[in-house]
Amino acid sequence: MTWENSAITITTLLPLVGALVILIVPKEDDGVIRWLGVLFTGAALVLAVAIALGFDYGAGSGLQFELNTRWIDAIGARYHVGIDGISMPLYVLTFLLTFLCAIYTTRYVPSPGRTKAFIALMLLLETGMAGSFIAFDLILFFVFWELVLVPMYFLIGIWGSANREYAAIKFFLFTLFGSIFMLLGFLAMYFTSNVDGAHTFDMIQLQTFAQGGGFSHSFQLITFAAVALGLAVKVPMWPVHTWLPDAHTEAPTIGSVLLAGVMLKMGTYGFIRIAIPLLPEGAKVFAPWIGLLAAIAIVYAALACLAQKDLKRLIAFSSVGHMGFVMLGIATMTEIGFQAAIFGMVAHGVITGMLFFLVGSIYDRYHTREIAAIGGGMSQKMPQMAAIFSFVAIASLGLPGLAGFWGEVMSLLSSFNPSAALELNVGLYRAFMVAGGVGTVLTAGYFLWMLQRVNMGTLPEKWKDTSFRDILVVEWVSWVPLLVLVLALGLFPRLVFGMSDDAVRSLLHLPFFGG
Amino acid sequence: MNIDFHAILPELILSGTVLLVLVVDAFLAPRRRWLAMPLSLLGVLAALVAELTLLGATPRTAFGGHFVVDSFALTFKLLFLGIAVVVLSVSLHYFKDRGYYQGEYYFLLLTSFLGCMLMPSSRDLLMLFISLELVSAPGFLMASFRKSDVRSNEAGLKFFLIGVLSTAVMLYGMSMIYGLTGHTGLSEVAQGLAGLTGGRETLALASILFVVVGFAFKVSAFPFQFWAPDTYEGSPVPVAAFLAVASSAAGFAGLLQLMFVAFVNQHEFWVPIFAFLSIATMTIGNLVALQQKQVVRLLAYSGIAQAGYMLLPFALVTGDPANNQTAFAAALAYIVIYAVMNLGAYAVVIGVSKRHPRLLISDFAGLARTAPVLAVGMTLFMISLAGVPPTGGFWAKILIFRAALDRGGSLGVWLAVIMLVNSVVSIAYYFAVPRQMIFKDPAEVETLRTPWLVTAVVSLAIVGVLGIFLVPNPFARLADLSTLVAPVG
Repeated sequence: MTWENSAITITTLLPLVGALVILIVPKEDDGVIRWLGVLFTGAALVLAVAIALGFDYGAGSGLQFELNTRWIDAIGARYHVGIDGISMPLYVLTFLLTFLCAIYTTRYVPSPGRTKAFIALMLLLETGMAGSFIAFDLILFFVFWELVLVPMYFLIGIWGSANREYAAIKFFLFTLFGSIFMLLGFLAMYFTSNVDGAHTFDMIQLQTFAQGGGFSHSFQLITFAAVALGLAVKVPMWPVHTWLPDAHTEAPTIGSVLLAGVMLKMGTYGFIRIAIPLLPEGAKVFAPWIGLLAAIAIVYAALACLAQKDLKRLIAFSSVGHMGFVMLGIATMTEIGFQAAIFGMVAHGVITGMLFFLVGSIYDRYHTREIAAIGGGMSQKMPQMAAIFSFVAIASLGLPGLAGFWGEVMSLLSSFNPSAALELNVGLYRAFMVAGGVGTVLTAGYFLWMLQRVNMGTLPEKWKDTSFRDILVVEWVSWVPLLVLVLALGLFPRLVFGMSDDAVRSLLHLPFFGG
Repeated sequence: MNIDFHAILPELILSGTVLLVLVVDAFLAPRRRWLAMPLSLLGVLAALVAELTLLGATPRTAFGGHFVVDSFALTFKLLFLGIAVVVLSVSLHYFKDRGYYQGEYYFLLLTSFLGCMLMPSSRDLLMLFISLELVSAPGFLMASFRKSDVRSNEAGLKFFLIGVLSTAVMLYGMSMIYGLTGHTGLSEVAQGLAGLTGGRETLALASILFVVVGFAFKVSAFPFQFWAPDTYEGSPVPVAAFLAVASSAAGFAGLLQLMFVAFVNQHEFWVPIFAFLSIATMTIGNLVALQQKQVVRLLAYSGIAQAGYMLLPFALVTGDPANNQTAFAAALAYIVIYAVMNLGAYAVVIGVSKRHPRLLISDFAGLARTAPVLAVGMTLFMISLAGVPPTGGFWAKILIFRAALDRGGSLGVWLAVIMLVNSVVSIAYYFAVPRQMIFKDPAEVETLRTPWLVTAVVSLAIVGVLGIFLVPNPFARLADLSTLVAPVG
């Protein structure tokens, strides 16, 4: 075992170890537990950053820090993990966001307390999320993918707001329903594959096999549909998005941050990593439909946002729209589109994660999330909070120079000129582009209107005598890294593009894409 | 006839214990009657040791090849002895505290287990019949053990009537098969049936159906599932655990041998029937389970649904022995893993039953506060029964899906899809129990005290469920054990 081949395993499993350690600590030692959470997520973040620094960005597309070893022989599943330019930004983002959540938790443990279980579940969730981005075996991927369900179910179900149980079970059933079809697709690929006379779950081998024309056209159609259904629920794509507003609205702040920040990306990542490279012909047939659903999602989410009365629900719906841009980029099956998607994922993770932090803290002051009840005038009551809120909301609507811009604009750009394989549908894609353009305008509209109703205006009578504390130290500590990233990603988009360039290019060098 | 006494040693020890328990009980003062349990436990442990000495020394035969100890039989026997240890452990306080007859109970329970032990070794129709009756008959009595409760009487009577009816049908089928082939040994029957044509073949197919009926009752498959919920609910909870786990596993042990060995050449006839049985059983079990308010009834319907999953590999049988092995191994692995998680769940129910004798789901409210170990265990067992990671139930389901897709053809795919949809539906009721335990507040905040034996069993099952998830290899490897299937084809 060297650092090279064990680094990502250690990093990914460290939070799990942390969860077990926390289980041993008596629950009376509340403070110890909170700081153990910070310690373990922090250590994992340090390791993840070390991996990112040790990553050879000039080496091209291959996997690094790879480990491929026996796991369950009888099923044919192997423990194959590794990291490349596509995984890297999402992997680091996972550890960063969880670490910031752990810091935030030192101050805020949502009702009904039970810090020990809360932090243990958060750590378990972290392992599941991080693992999905490094797994290169379909079964291993699926195990990590499913591993996030149970902790998130309990995070929503125990620490959520009024309608939490409904939201938790809805989240669980939707995701599980989709993912079992994905599993069927995986098994179908396994039994159809033939690498040196044996079946395989290995994504790299399957990719080579698929490029060699191993999967028949009709097989790809059916299997892509099954796999895409599982991924689409997670993204979530319109019309299977309905679990998301409920889950987000009811989830505790940490749950929302991780849900929006990382978990949704598991779906889009799956499209880029599994569905499209392994089943390219199926992807080609379904791409226009995915594009259509994405375009619908963008416009629909924007309209839905305009109608929201609840601040958190508004942000949740805005996620549907932003993920629509990501999916639109993916649906073009071009290099720019994929780059846009990866950038969009990271940007959305940072921005929307931050927005959910803010909404959580605003709720903590006002004890309401109703925009009408807050009634405006926040910039008089809490100038710092209001300023940060405006900054992040404006980043989210895609102002140039901030993180939200690149993903959206490149996604629209790529849909002007989709992949050569989609030649016949160019007109359609341009229509999507127009729809997306309308969506950006509406997005700007609802965010600005939201700021107008929350930040501006006169302070309502009822809040005049209540004293609100502006941003606390713990909030600054957990927010500053994200705020810096919002600006840095906007000014230096190469932070992400630099990582993912080679990997995306090699992905699209499949003969099929005409690369 | 030369008898290999080493091969039947575990059964001999168990038989001796059965008699000893009954005699000793008569001479014990009433307040010492509970000593029958440690005595039984000792016997079971001795049998377990005897069984372990047989490992690696197989296959062995006795009684002219009608009793075989091979790796298939050993797997099941070790499973049954393990279940026996668990059921005995959780029975002690349940029966002692409530003042039920203890000597008689342990006598009956061990007799039933003796039947379970014989079942996987039986390679003969008559032996199978005797084993099945030996499992069932004490079960009728045990189900009505809470004799002052009307529901327990109903449980026993219902169980008895349906049991006797289906056994009669089965025996009729067996007698016709003997008439047609002139044999009772399973492999001879397989050869005899292969050569039949015309009207005799039709008769043979009808007889196969009759035989299946007897076992369908035992594993509570559709349309013989009606007895299960009422019987489980009325029985003492440890008896329900026995019926749900050991008795149904014994049914499967017999059914596996019949279908994969004796009747395998007629698979084209009965595969569609099993496909229908499997689908109907899992669907009905799941849909009715959704409406349950009482935990034991919930577990009973869950057991019916799970029986549907276990029947699925039967519908995957083809003429290809390699494929049949995969299906066989998947069924075997599912039965073993199911036993672990289901026993855990029943142990938790027994732990709660003293404070809340009615065992409504709402009685579990706030258990996470009052009994954390039980609550964590129950949550894991429910997640595992639903087939979600990080639990062993996940691999159990994966193995069946794998077998279904491996078979190829639309039947395998459709069965897999239907099972998948069913698994999603099942989450709705499996999660109802953790929901109560974790999300609701308890009615009494006082800590729930449970006998240490129950806590130990729950902890063991927790380790088992998580351990199987982490180290699934041995279970996925059960394919290597299924030499039983290979020679046929």
